[in-house]
Amino acid sequence: MELSFKIFRYDPQVDREPRYEVYRVRAEATERVLDCLNRIKWEQDGSLSFRMSCGHGVCGSDAVRINGRCALACQTLVKDVAQAEEVLVEPLPSFRVLKDLVVDLEPFFEKVRWVQPYLVGGNHVPEKERLQSAEERKKLDQVIRCILCACCVASCPVTAENDRFLGPAPLVWAFRYIFDSRDREKEKRLRAVDTQDGAWGCRNHFECTRVCPKEIPVTKSINFIKREIEKVLR
Amino acid sequence: MSERYLHTHDVVIVGSGLAGLRAAVETAGCLDVALISKVFPTRSHSGAAQGGIAAALGNEEPDSWEWHMFDTVKGGDYLTDQDAAEVLARDAARAVYELEHMGVPFNRNPNGTIAQRAFGGHTRHFGEAPVKRACYAADRTGRVILDTLYGQCVQRGLHVYPELSVVDLVVRDGIVCGVIALDWATAAVHVFHAKAVLLATGGFGKVFKTTSNCFANTGDGVFLVYRHGFPLQDMEFVQFHPTGIYGLGVLISEAARGEGGVLRNRHGERFMERYAPTIKDLAARDVVSRAIMKEIQEGRGIDGRDFVHLDLTHLGRERLAERLSDISSFVRIYLGIDPAHAPIPVQPTCHYMMGGISTDLHGRALDVQGRPIPGLYAAGECACVSVHGANRLGCNSLLDLVVFGRRAGQDMCARVPTMDRSPLPADAEEATRERLARLRERTQGVRPAVLRERLQREMMERCGVYRSQSGLEKALETVRGLQEEYRHSVYLDYRGDRYNTDLMEALELESLLTLGEVILVSAASRRESRGAHSREDFPQRDDHNFLHHTLVYRDEEKIRLGTKPVSITRFQPKPRVY
Repeated sequence: MELSFKIFRYDPQVDREPRYEVYRVRAEATERVLDCLNRIKWEQDGSLSFRMSCGHGVCGSDAVRINGRCALACQTLVKDVAQAEEVLVEPLPSFRVLKDLVVDLEPFFEKVRWVQPYLVGGNHVPEKERLQSAEERKKLDQVIRCILCACCVASCPVTAENDRFLGPAPLVWAFRYIFDSRDREKEKRLRAVDTQDGAWGCRNHFECTRVCPKEIPVTKSINFIKREIEKVLR
Repeated sequence: MSERYLHTHDVVIVGSGLAGLRAAVETAGCLDVALISKVFPTRSHSGAAQGGIAAALGNEEPDSWEWHMFDTVKGGDYLTDQDAAEVLARDAARAVYELEHMGVPFNRNPNGTIAQRAFGGHTRHFGEAPVKRACYAADRTGRVILDTLYGQCVQRGLHVYPELSVVDLVVRDGIVCGVIALDWATAAVHVFHAKAVLLATGGFGKVFKTTSNCFANTGDGVFLVYRHGFPLQDMEFVQFHPTGIYGLGVLISEAARGEGGVLRNRHGERFMERYAPTIKDLAARDVVSRAIMKEIQEGRGIDGRDFVHLDLTHLGRERLAERLSDISSFVRIYLGIDPAHAPIPVQPTCHYMMGGISTDLHGRALDVQGRPIPGLYAAGECACVSVHGANRLGCNSLLDLVVFGRRAGQDMCARVPTMDRSPLPADAEEATRERLARLRERTQGVRPAVLRERLQREMMERCGVYRSQSGLEKALETVRGLQEEYRHSVYLDYRGDRYNTDLMEALELESLLTLGEVILVSAASRRESRGAHSREDFPQRDDHNFLHHTLVYRDEEKIRLGTKPVSITRFQPKPRVY
């Protein structure tokens, strides 16, 4: 089939303001939107910039907004967008645009680093592995799927209004260590997110959960953090 | 473009996959380290590794590092350097415990120990029967180790330069003293002046059309080493993973067969019983890939087409959800198939490069005479230790990355403090500026994507699972023609400075075209079949003439070949049957 792609274009170095450009592309129903973007770049317009790497939903590079919804271009198939008259592709909202579909992710990664995304295991290092029950490990099953694509953060209505809000993905990474039975800094971690811009900033809009390409129950995870704060700190 | 960005560090690590990050963790405490990466660290291709990491922990059944070493040697069809395989197998348990201590969320047994599962070529008692040796976190083991090592780097305050491509090595009087890198955000050329450079730039599966590799796997570091006249080793050995999703090449982990999945042909027959009676679907990857190609060639592909079925329907929804959830989701998304109900169409996909930058056991890159090149290290898939020989076993890759990434880091910590800083040549980045200017000045000709597509097709067709002299020679002619076209007529559609991915792909294409040629030349020189290198015209392994590593290097403009002996310590070569 032949599709129309209407793509957000902006080069802050030369453009005074953003514009949209329309491209026609032939594609199979089972192809990925990423395939279409590549075809546009390779065959029609090499000036179009976007990030990509693994091409099958594990690296998180090619998160964009497709027909108003944040998603990975490599996980969105042509047949899922073909019903639209024109497929609208835009950069992730709430982020500063560096060029076309490429946004500045540094503030996002800064927030991930802020939650101290590493295990603090205490001084005693056993010779073999630390034991962890299968049930304890299971608590991390869903959150370790996070690939830091930032779709959740870009979709969050709170983030859109308050850039100090930690945001869904960094909270998911906080959850990952708060609920790891091997970590020794649970209280400190809980205190760090026990703020209006931390866990309490979440207003249960569920947009993050709706868009997460890895199907992580993001909002629910944040609510677990809130419950744990009540239980441990109050 | 003309402003100079100069950075001075003790060590520059290029690449932020598992090998680069593990080396960074090791050196961050003792040296001033800069990490350059083409992508953000959590987006490196190590994150796509699914199945697990091998270590004879013996958590589920008796196992020993010697069996692991034997499997590694046999898996590599006796081209594996046995001193390297011994280091790998002996250090494996320590390496996995270390990852656990760093926080990797491995799946667990009911008694709380790390869970393990079966994988291709992992056996007990030197080949007797499959053994559970793969430590795993569902089917995203690579991703969680990547995230964990990244966290360790955050904790150590490591300085990362993301979205910079290394475009040249700075070499002065045979000493490597830095790299030149291009910043994608601005197109600025950066000079990194260092006492030592560690290349951890990964594989180059993008030489082939059907591959499980990411777009970034273009072998930039390997290409630069070759361009400076240093040797590459065993470049003919390219692993095709038996189970790529049909048409796409996206990987379906060997863990699927480790958990009990079965390959079937159009008659529903479990055909691996005929090819590997002892361990069937869990034979080494080259063996299974050839079996699938045979089935297809003999008309037993599904509906007579070029794929077979991977049947997981008997595993049950619960086990699929717990242990194979990512691949279940890939299959649902890309094929619209529920693997609990329907088999998955699969075909071999280019997955891993056994060859690369020749190194010693400490990650030091070696010259043609086998002497360490001052200031140059390599680790991970871009390096050839050679621990994988002619064919890598599943789960030995992640292990290789953390074992040899650490060893390279240790060696740098020991040596770099006493090393002198070689002065930077005044015109260090001049060649790069000229190369970039040349690429940017042409306004018509052929687009990089066109040449890349032709390269990938040719390599796939004539240098895939099966090869022959005439095919390799034809391909060589084609690839050299493409190189010529590249030199004389490649042009960029976009000559701007911001995120010029057009320029990026043109630079990467130069790597791919060169490495394609190097693979073909190496493959044509090895007139035998061994591991992943399978010659239709020379179907037998020939230890008399070819039990040696291939070296390939550039002398002026000419490609030269050499050999290097294989280290054989414990296990004498014998026929390889599974």
